[in-house]
Amino acid sequence: MSLGSTNNEPGKGRGMFRRGMRVLWVAMRSEPWVFAVAVAGASLHAAVTVGSASVLGHITDTIILPAFAEGRTTAAALATAAALLLAVGAAKALGLGARRLFAGLMQFRMQARYRRSVARKYLRLPLAWHHRHPTGQLLSNANADVEAAWQPLAPLPMAIGSLFMLAVAAVAMVVTDPVLALIAFVVFPVLAAANVAFQRRVAPLATRAQALRAHVSEVAHESFDGALVVKTLGREDTETQRFTESAHRLRDAQISVGRMRAMFDPVMEALPNFGVLAVLLIGMWRLSNGAVAAGDLVQFAYLFTLLTLPIRSFGWILGDLPRSVVGWDRVQKVLTADGAMRYGEERIDGHGGVRLTVRGVSFSYEDGHTSDGAGRDLADAPADTDAPRTTVLRDVDFDIAGGHTIAIVGPTGSGKSTLTTLLMRLVDPDTGTVSYAGTDVRELAKGEIARVAALVPQSTFVFEDTVRGNITLGADVDDSEVWEALRLARADSFIAALPDGLDTRLGERGTSLSGGQRQRLALARAVVRRPRLLILDDATSAVDPQIEAQILAGLRDTDLAATVVVVAYRRATIELADEVLYMEQGTVRDRGAHRDLLQRSPGYRRLVTAYERAAAERANEAAGETAGETAGTDRVAVDLDRAGSAERPSGGAPYGAADDIDTAEEIVR
Amino acid sequence: MSAPVTTDDQTASGLHRSADSAIGTIRRGLQLSPEFAQGLGLTLLFAVVATVGKVIVPIAVQQVIDAGIGAADGGPDIDFVVGTVSLCAVLLAITMVCSYLMNVRLYRATESGLATLRRKAFRHVHDLSVLTQNSERKGALVSRVTADVDQISTFMQWGGILLIVSSGQLLIATALMTVYSWQLTLLVWVSFLPLLFGVRWLQRLLSRAYLGVRERTGDMLGAIGETVMGAAIIRAHATEERTAQRIDTTVLATRRAQVKAQRLSMAVSPFAELVAAMGNAAVVVVGVLLGIGGDITPGELVAFLFLMNLFVQPMMMATEIFNEAQNAIAGWRRVLGVLDTAPDIADPGEGGRELPRGPVEVRFEGVSYAYPEGPTVLDGIDEKIAPGTRVAVVGETGSGKTTFVKLLTRLMDPAAGQVLLDGVDLREVAFSSLRTRVVMVPQEGFLFDSSLGDNIRFARPGAGDAELEAAIVELGLADWLHSLPHGLDTPVGQRGESLSAGERQLVALVRAYVADPDLLVLDEATSAVDPDTEVRIQRALDRLTHGRTSVAIAHRLSTAEAADEVFVFDNGRIVQRGTHADLVGQPGVYADLYASWERSSA
Ligand SMILES: Nc1ncnc2c1ncn2[C@@H]1O[C@H](COP(=O)(O)OP(=O)(O)OP(=O)(O)O)[C@@H](O)[C@H]1O
Ligand SMILES: Nc1ncnc2c1ncn2[C@@H]1O[C@H](COP(=O)(O)OP(=O)(O)OP(=O)(O)O)[C@@H](O)[C@H]1O
Ligand SMILES: [Mg+2]
Repeated sequence: MSLGSTNNEPGKGRGMFRRGMRVLWVAMRSEPWVFAVAVAGASLHAAVTVGSASVLGHITDTIILPAFAEGRTTAAALATAAALLLAVGAAKALGLGARRLFAGLMQFRMQARYRRSVARKYLRLPLAWHHRHPTGQLLSNANADVEAAWQPLAPLPMAIGSLFMLAVAAVAMVVTDPVLALIAFVVFPVLAAANVAFQRRVAPLATRAQALRAHVSEVAHESFDGALVVKTLGREDTETQRFTESAHRLRDAQISVGRMRAMFDPVMEALPNFGVLAVLLIGMWRLSNGAVAAGDLVQFAYLFTLLTLPIRSFGWILGDLPRSVVGWDRVQKVLTADGAMRYGEERIDGHGGVRLTVRGVSFSYEDGHTSDGAGRDLADAPADTDAPRTTVLRDVDFDIAGGHTIAIVGPTGSGKSTLTTLLMRLVDPDTGTVSYAGTDVRELAKGEIARVAALVPQSTFVFEDTVRGNITLGADVDDSEVWEALRLARADSFIAALPDGLDTRLGERGTSLSGGQRQRLALARAVVRRPRLLILDDATSAVDPQIEAQILAGLRDTDLAATVVVVAYRRATIELADEVLYMEQGTVRDRGAHRDLLQRSPGYRRLVTAYERAAAERANEAAGETAGETAGTDRVAVDLDRAGSAERPSGGAPYGAADDIDTAEEIVR
Repeated sequence: MSAPVTTDDQTASGLHRSADSAIGTIRRGLQLSPEFAQGLGLTLLFAVVATVGKVIVPIAVQQVIDAGIGAADGGPDIDFVVGTVSLCAVLLAITMVCSYLMNVRLYRATESGLATLRRKAFRHVHDLSVLTQNSERKGALVSRVTADVDQISTFMQWGGILLIVSSGQLLIATALMTVYSWQLTLLVWVSFLPLLFGVRWLQRLLSRAYLGVRERTGDMLGAIGETVMGAAIIRAHATEERTAQRIDTTVLATRRAQVKAQRLSMAVSPFAELVAAMGNAAVVVVGVLLGIGGDITPGELVAFLFLMNLFVQPMMMATEIFNEAQNAIAGWRRVLGVLDTAPDIADPGEGGRELPRGPVEVRFEGVSYAYPEGPTVLDGIDEKIAPGTRVAVVGETGSGKTTFVKLLTRLMDPAAGQVLLDGVDLREVAFSSLRTRVVMVPQEGFLFDSSLGDNIRFARPGAGDAELEAAIVELGLADWLHSLPHGLDTPVGQRGESLSAGERQLVALVRAYVADPDLLVLDEATSAVDPDTEVRIQRALDRLTHGRTSVAIAHRLSTAEAADEVFVFDNGRIVQRGTHADLVGQPGVYADLYASWERSSA
């Protein structure tokens, strides 16, 4: 597919007109036939319009006047007149119909074409890119920007058809009287100059309006997305205020654009009229000199008025052009954004759990913080590679033998989810490698990772689709396998209770399911693929303990023999694992068997035994301890955890954490 | 291949579908934005001048040719021509100015009116109940305050005025034509009648077609929205191809709908062209016959034929505008669809009761609930929560816990029975009072795409950074705050995605705490937070909100252990209620739950 030029720098160098023409050229090249028919229709219409005056003249001369003169007429003569007029009408209708139908067709085809490419590009662009661009803006890009880009296509054939008219008229004028024709050659450049001046001034305004339009959509999208929070905190008024401000900015920008157009339109309309008046004046002078005949002058004036309309239709296009170029640039920003992942050719053979190796992996997120809070509008230059980044994973090293289970444990924000996305190659590490069965995941063919591995992310996403569609996601699995997976995720009973079972349609984001039900659906979605590497990122947080126990037991008992990476806090889940990886602040602090870690890693112990400690403290309190002391211990625990000094041999645990250790030992026993 | 896209028909809780007539819709649409009518008189005046100005040049040409040049003998009358031309130039300049003024005023009035329309619709969306909001796609709701409103602007900016001007022109042309020949005038009108009826018929088809376009566009944006929001899951399961196909389906459906609507709309003009040609032919034939009868002179017939152009032009324009009006009406209908949906969870407003501050007492009296078209999910709940009690709600997934707290916070009204706060039916409590006293942290925390500080401030606008920081410190999260790269200025990303899931929950919790409610409702508010932090926050919250009522749903039974009372849900009923110590001792749902919790965590 041709996407036209890719090096458009918005707002620089070349004139808006030339860039606008290039945009239109892209459309003409993409839909040559549709365009040709539309232009043919337009030309037919233009030609018949020019010719219709002489047809009427002809009828007047040959039928009407003789009839009046002779006081009688023939049916044949009348029929001829009627037929002629009807033929003109039919030709006009045909031309008009073809022009509009095909101009519209071209516009809609181009829209559809670019919407598809934009959406496909969204699917290819890396997650980091998505993080940078608000959803509302991306939607606006696929919708309003694409629409704006192809807006001038509707009047385009008409303008081109009238070019034909213009040419005919110009020749006729020069032939009639070169001096009078000069007026045309003065008026038209003035028109062109007016256009240029208009575009210069309107382009930045149009750009701004388009960006503000996207912003309105963005605010609305976010606000409706967070409607529940808005409601529960009673913040409808402030949200409305926020939206209104955005809408008012758009309004003001639109009014400024409007003011420009308001000036431009009358000027475009009046200039040819002034030309006609000039023709009359100078024509007078030429007439008195005998240089032209009265009839010539009449024809000249007629031609000049005829030209008004085609020139207007250019005006429409030119008026739409700045918006079109802006829309096109914004679309191009997406289409030419790079950073799509590259894939290799390798495949993973065999069956059973894959061996997972992680070597020296570091990862950083782009730091979204800007001091001036500058927007991340699509029209802005893409964030460059030297933007500040926040490192969240450092030198992560571990491996898991095929079929083994590893639990990743660590405090909130320590980088566990980030690690799972790296394991799944949703993002690539800054340094280091992730390998499946010894093959760097970057060498694997496209789709191979998804074939081998499955991730249940921490937050569940439900598609607007049937239950079946949500689980299979298009994979070729039959219903019995789907039910099998649902059973494993303990989702079978509530799905069976739904009115249409697997065919029940789930609304956007699955709002008709409870939180735990959504999570179990996501679990089923992963296991139905019979992955050889299963990554569960806190995938049972919204599931009650009984069910969780059943699910875990189910996972254990299957013949999947998958390698499992599970992010969890619950003891039962952790105990399932052959090994535990304890993370803190983006690094692996310790790894080993649960019992060993409990013994030697104070941070790990504090995390895993938090509930027992809390229970013990409550018991103490109940037993009459003073509240002040407890609060003190609390504070200490905070310091201990966050100081990052937790990595010490167990004996060396500072502060009064002795009761921790007691509890821990109890547990280990 | 891709799944078929079905249109979501209006459900019990869905948005209103307008059955107003076209004119009714336009009238109501105009009423919604008073700006449209403001100063319309003057704008119209300018419009009339600007339109009349259009005939200046044709008249000048005709005058100059007839009177100036065509003067029978002795060459052109120079004085007359110069005079006429200068006069016309002046008039033309006046026309230009009027045209400019009309345009500017129109742009200002319509854009202001549309902004008002947007604001009203936006506000109304937030006034709708959660269920109604969820019955529509988010993207579709967005388009009701964006694209659908934009749709109206074209019509408002040229269509409306032109319609009025064209009607005027039609009248004038009719009058002039009647002067020449009433018979022919009648003939012209008769030949145009089918057009008028045809347009009415087309209009119905068109409005349906345009509605189709808007709906398909909504589906399309919904599908594209999913690719953006579900980007991670699509990549993880490598379903890009399938997703692309799903999008293609909706994009192509949109295109088909557009082309269909376009086919109908574009049919009008050629049709009008044909009608005009027939009118012309009829006038020539009948005119000649009349002429032979001596009722009309050849000059009059020719003049009539030219006048007919003055008639046909606005007629064609009117059909064109009709077309554009359909678009606007479709837009208005969708906006009105929002505004006409009565919020089913309505704020009693002025008449609402204010609740005094202080610990809240909660009573559920015979409360049952069923989601629209769904089975009963809560049945006969009769409970009382004493002021200052900390209640933990536990139960199996899907047992109705979230539903219970949604009723408690009046996100929904019970199907039967009533919920009372301090003895007042929730339905009578003013929202301003309810939302400040009762705050819930929902299961799926949502953060806005701004800084951490702004997100917390959302609950208490105007709070300074120091206050926010103090709140964070009070909750024992100081170290977390300091570990963030930019402290309170840290951007959280859209939906909070630049934070970890646990961090998002921390922010939502701080935000609720800052709101300083008397009844705090937590729906699994710490499910993704690590146990150590969770325990710490819980203790801080217990201390800080001591004496206030709180209701917390939790799967981690440590919350239940710490609560004053535990409600155990099973299959839509509260089957057990008591302190943890009591419940754990007796056989039952709670004891089972606790046993598996202990097994899994201890
Ligand atoms: N918007 C809705 N429309 C229809 N049914 C719903 C809707 N929300 C929830 N349900 C159904 O109501 C029942 C109770 O849901 P609820 O969310 O109250 O469960 P819960 O106890 O909070 O579960 P969880 O622990 O998973 O959050 C479930 O069967 C669920 O499928
Ligand atoms: N898209 C992002 N942009 C910038 N920073 C991010 C992004 N996602 C996560 N972070 C930061 O990276 C760190 C690690 O996040 P991650 O989600 O991996 O934590 P986690 O261990 O999974 O935490 P939790 O237990 O809360 O789920 C956090 O400090 C978080 O703020
Ligand atoms: Mg996480």
